[in-house]
Amino acid sequence: MKEELFVSGRNIPNIDPFLNIWHWQIPSYLFLGGLAAGILFFASFFTIMGKENKMEATVKKAPMIVPFVLMLGLFFLFLDLKHKLYFWQLYTTIRLESPMGWGSWVLMIITPISILWSASYMKEVFPKWDWKFKILNTIEAWLIKNRKIIAWPMAIYAVILGIYTGILLSAFNARPLWNTSILGPLFLVSGMSTGAAVIMLMSKDHKERKIIGRIDILLIIVELFFIIHLFMGFLAGSEVQINAANLFLGGKFTAPFFAFVVILGLIFPAVLEILELKGFKVPIVIPAVLILLGGLIFRFLMVEAGQITRYLY
Amino acid sequence: MRYAMAIDTRKCVGCSDCVVACQTENNVPVGFCRDWVVEVVEGTYPNVSIELRTERCNHCDNSPCVRCCPTGASHIEDGGIVLVKHNKCIGCGACIQSCPYDARYSHPDGYVDKCTFCIHRVREGKKPACVSVCPTSCMYFGDLDDPNSEIVNVLKNRKFKSLAPEAGTKPQIFYLV
Repeated sequence: MKEELFVSGRNIPNIDPFLNIWHWQIPSYLFLGGLAAGILFFASFFTIMGKENKMEATVKKAPMIVPFVLMLGLFFLFLDLKHKLYFWQLYTTIRLESPMGWGSWVLMIITPISILWSASYMKEVFPKWDWKFKILNTIEAWLIKNRKIIAWPMAIYAVILGIYTGILLSAFNARPLWNTSILGPLFLVSGMSTGAAVIMLMSKDHKERKIIGRIDILLIIVELFFIIHLFMGFLAGSEVQINAANLFLGGKFTAPFFAFVVILGLIFPAVLEILELKGFKVPIVIPAVLILLGGLIFRFLMVEAGQITRYLY
Repeated sequence: MRYAMAIDTRKCVGCSDCVVACQTENNVPVGFCRDWVVEVVEGTYPNVSIELRTERCNHCDNSPCVRCCPTGASHIEDGGIVLVKHNKCIGCGACIQSCPYDARYSHPDGYVDKCTFCIHRVREGKKPACVSVCPTSCMYFGDLDDPNSEIVNVLKNRKFKSLAPEAGTKPQIFYLV
């Protein structure tokens, strides 16, 4: 038997007895980042493939919300900061070793790209839109001409953003649940799946929904494999990693994780999407909203559970 | 120059004088602490062993907190002392997450705070507050690069361990066992 206690007394807020320094802001920020990455990736992918007129919601409508999503995410990140007036220090240094640092730079690049992208489609989505200034019309004309060129960096930065939402956590060696390289791809796939869900919600074209639905089923299957992979890796790891996995395999996060993330957030919507492809009438709102909620809850659970896991000594 | 600390777990009585000295010296806000004393009891009665150790920032050689800091507020001073520049810290909490020893906390003023090895005293040639008040003299502070220092001598002659070396942080607080 081993028992440890602080004889000097120690009850620091948010540190003892369990670390809980990151609250709702960080998982919400990760969710919004992943969702934006998904939408932008699909928008640029179908543009590069030359299908922008067949995939109206994917390429034109859904990216309209991305600047707002990203700004809301950045606002949540700002809310997380405890020394708020100094936030600008983030942009006076470039520290490649720090995921928090390069992530904020990626956001600094991709947010303007997404704004330019939305601006180039303003007149198509809102026919009555008027830029009012001549210079804005000139910029718009240039953007419309160069959409394919913009699509490439947008696709690349979307993937970086999606992976970053996972790496932000996986770079912390001190939290065994996060410290696995599978978290980057897992959050990327999950983010793309939530992006696909938003597109399905916004699309009125049955054919387009079918294409995105098919992609989404594939993404969900990959995500399920990644989750199995995640726990397999932990169970084959050191004691602290086995403890981390056990939080989800019998521990206190088991029920919410399997009920809300695996079953209601992944398997059930995938089944509904398959049924829809087979010709059954399924209101698209149900799988789409379930995927979004599943993605959000997944990030909340990972952030909360990860902070509990720690080294033993 | 490489500052480090050796702590004799066999001499420590767990009086917590080091904790109070630190709080007083460094104006640590009420309810917070930069160092603390842990009692580890192993076995079942009557076969029990007790280890007492005072813990603080390990001023790691490979410090994850410095690596993950997005602004460079967490940095390494001369002698390997890990410090936080208050006016560069944005309070994002990344360094708190990255520390395997939970040695950092969010100061009520917003920035992240931690043990400084009392760098202001060390620069004056004094010992850190915790070391200087210890009634059993169980702590040794000094320069590992100086072959004649007390700490090098004690580490040469005693068995010692560090905390969670498997985290790869190369901690610089050594516990004599």
